[in-house]
Amino acid sequence: MLKNILVLFSGLLFGCGLIVSGMADVDNVIGFLDIFGNWQPNLILVMAGALVTTAIGYQFIFKKSKPLYSEHYHLPKKKQIDAPLVIGASCFGVGWGLVGYCPGPAIASLGNLDVQTLLFVFAMFFGMMVSHQLQKVAFNDEN
Amino acid sequence: MQTYYPALFGGILIGLSALLLMFSIGRIAGISGISFTAIQSLTRRPKTSHWRWYFLAGLILATLITQFVFELPIPTIDRTSPVIIVAGLLVGFGTHLGSGCTSGHGICGISRLSIRSITATGIFMLVAMITVYITQYIV
Repeated sequence: MLKNILVLFSGLLFGCGLIVSGMADVDNVIGFLDIFGNWQPNLILVMAGALVTTAIGYQFIFKKSKPLYSEHYHLPKKKQIDAPLVIGASCFGVGWGLVGYCPGPAIASLGNLDVQTLLFVFAMFFGMMVSHQLQKVAFNDEN
Repeated sequence: MQTYYPALFGGILIGLSALLLMFSIGRIAGISGISFTAIQSLTRRPKTSHWRWYFLAGLILATLITQFVFELPIPTIDRTSPVIIVAGLLVGFGTHLGSGCTSGHGICGISRLSIRSITATGIFMLVAMITVYITQYIV
């Protein structure tokens, strides 16, 4: 139970971070991405603050052999840069630039109970499923 | 200058969230992966995704609570529905295919010095900037 409370609290912290920082506001995000025009650079500090905190904290955490409530750390095993990574990141970039929502702020903003966010999140899950099915087909072809 | 402090403070909160998730259950705070696996688990047995729902609940609760307490105006998105749908599809497709988004690659991955995450973040930031340029100044 404590495990679930900690995870819920982690989600709350993440959501509060998005709101406080301005990342949850799509106009802010578009302003940040608008480097060739009226650039608003303040969101760099969201990335910087999160990166420095996480990078330092991870060093201490990984000194422990395992997490509190799991047998091991679940880290990605892939190391190579491959086509799916590059194509995926590019598609994501276009979608992010079109509206200003990346997955975190989009899901957190479901709490605004507005139709536009709901529409975005539905489309997002549909896009994820399309990629999932495509990769399944591609993977089966290789075998 | 004062607009920089909330951004920095919010960023630190996001970092602390990522640390808490790694410390407690050894997981990367990558929202695209967490949300997709949570949705996927609805049709699977046994269901091993409870923690993902707790995390997502916290994420949405944060907005619900701040909306309720501060009665902020609901931000509107100045885009037509077709644009929102296309953008959502691309974000979903791209983050799944590319194994991560701003949180998983941009924060958790880069802070582990993952080459894949550094590459992905560079690409999606640059492409997003070009997309904004094209949509704001050309089309």
